[in-house]
Amino acid sequence: MSPTFQITVDDRPVECRAGETIAAALIRAGIDDWRTTRRGGTRRGLFCGIGVCFDCLVTVNGQPPVRACLATVRAGDRIEVGGGA
Amino acid sequence: MVPEESVVDLAVVGAGPAGLSGAITAADAGCQVAVLDLGARPGGQYWRHGDQSRIAGIHHHWETFRALRSRFDAHREAGRIEYLPEHAVWQVQRERPRGVVVRATAGERDPVPRTVRARTALIATGAHDRHVPFPGWTLPGVMAVGGAQALLKASQVVPGRRIVVAGTGPFLLSVADGLLRAGTRVVAVVEAAGARAYAREPRAVAAVPAKLAEAVGYAVSLARHRVPYLTGSAVVRVDGPDRVRSVTVEAVDRAWNVRPGRGRRLECDALAVGYGFVAQLELLLELGCATRLDRGGSLVVEVDSHQRTSVEGIYAAGEPTGVGGADLAVAEGALAGDAIAASLGRVGGLDGGAAGRARRDRRRLRSFARVLANAHPVPDGWRSWIEPDTQICRCEEVTVAEVNRAVALGARDARAVKLLARTGMGWCQGRICGTAVASLTAALHGREVEADELRDLCRRPLAQPVELGLLAGLGPGGRVTGGPPTAPASPGNMSHRTASDRGTIDSTTRSLAP
Repeated sequence: MSPTFQITVDDRPVECRAGETIAAALIRAGIDDWRTTRRGGTRRGLFCGIGVCFDCLVTVNGQPPVRACLATVRAGDRIEVGGGA
Repeated sequence: MVPEESVVDLAVVGAGPAGLSGAITAADAGCQVAVLDLGARPGGQYWRHGDQSRIAGIHHHWETFRALRSRFDAHREAGRIEYLPEHAVWQVQRERPRGVVVRATAGERDPVPRTVRARTALIATGAHDRHVPFPGWTLPGVMAVGGAQALLKASQVVPGRRIVVAGTGPFLLSVADGLLRAGTRVVAVVEAAGARAYAREPRAVAAVPAKLAEAVGYAVSLARHRVPYLTGSAVVRVDGPDRVRSVTVEAVDRAWNVRPGRGRRLECDALAVGYGFVAQLELLLELGCATRLDRGGSLVVEVDSHQRTSVEGIYAAGEPTGVGGADLAVAEGALAGDAIAASLGRVGGLDGGAAGRARRDRRRLRSFARVLANAHPVPDGWRSWIEPDTQICRCEEVTVAEVNRAVALGARDARAVKLLARTGMGWCQGRICGTAVASLTAALHGREVEADELRDLCRRPLAQPVELGLLAGLGPGGRVTGGPPTAPASPGNMSHRTASDRGTIDSTTRSLAP
């Protein structure tokens, strides 16, 4: 079993496993939407799951958004999901 | 470690079944190979896995992967294969006098550029789920069936507690079976094709007993868990308002028009949906490789018996040559690797027996792929499921009504619709909505989708988002906006297209608006 560590999702601590994607960590924690669309203001999360659709873009540590389905978690990551999720 | 500017014999894009098989076969013959892959581990989508223990039974033909993996690792240790995981290849170009340059960014987080020069390239970029729009498909809790599978295979994470699996094709059964093995509840599998989809070609089905056995295994698994398999049915709506709470299933006819009066609602908290696959062709199209319409109306690259495309030194294997699954991809990859080695004057890729087996596998599995394509067409009756305010382009949030309006304003094809309505101009560059927009536009004009239209939709001068600074740093030798020297001029000016279509290369857009 991979080592586990914590990341912060908004202000909430979330347990995750080394080597897993941000999307996997969020969905395991019961979070399935993590951004708000520009035009309609609706919530989005994982869709294609394999790096194609970019729906799962997520803001980590205030950096430019990355695909949550590809980017792996790092200890201490601060992830912003916003919205009412 | 291959030094940045050295030239390897073969650059392979994709480390799935086709790419692995091709790389290994070429390395067996003594070729120096670099393998670039978007994933973090070899295996592609089919053999996607994580660091943790796997869920028993969800990875099919795992023994085949283990065998490929051990040969792959042996070649890596011997220095014949350099493996470059988490590399997003955004361009492959022919380079004079005889070679190929592959440009990539390494790492989804803090990406750094990486260039590989090679004498030949094998493009084995696989495929992604094909989608049709329907009301509510953008709500949280709806995901591609391949995405659900990817989560399960890599992380043992299930996207819900009560999941509906819907779309068309045998892949739905594979994913439903995986979800059941993971211990989640599958509410139903909803298959748009009729129950007798395979009845017309019993012999072709019987010719691949392993596939038949796999299907029987899924049927048993569904029956044991009392999961209804609803054929001739489709999820035509996701009931929100804020996320998936239930879905509406309707009976559909062979053209997928709703047969009224048979609707039912299924309570669920997630929907995994997919209508077959779309091959990832952008690198091949930018290289100028010839493509054609395959059965089922999807665009595929043309290859000869050696898996050669129409462009010298460029080979393709797996889904880009026609969606056909992992076994076929392995066979095609091996034949490509062998042909590449031979073209470089190296022998010893495949011995005569192995080459014969690979060719027989390829023939048999391609004919089975045709049976599947015939059994699971994607007719345009899904237009009876959509509403004017249904989003067709998820990225730019373009509705069906906006596409209708663009057509009313005179847009004759999907490209014109794109310019007027912005479909396909967002982050995914039309990968998700392209086939649906083309299909809707064609239907509004009372015609079929044309190959040129799909070619145009699949053209993406930069196959992955690239920071502007990286492009600026390419220098005079690193042409980005032009096609290969021998390619015919593309419709429209490509540098113009690069600038206007793709906000994605602008680093300022790499921030999410609130």
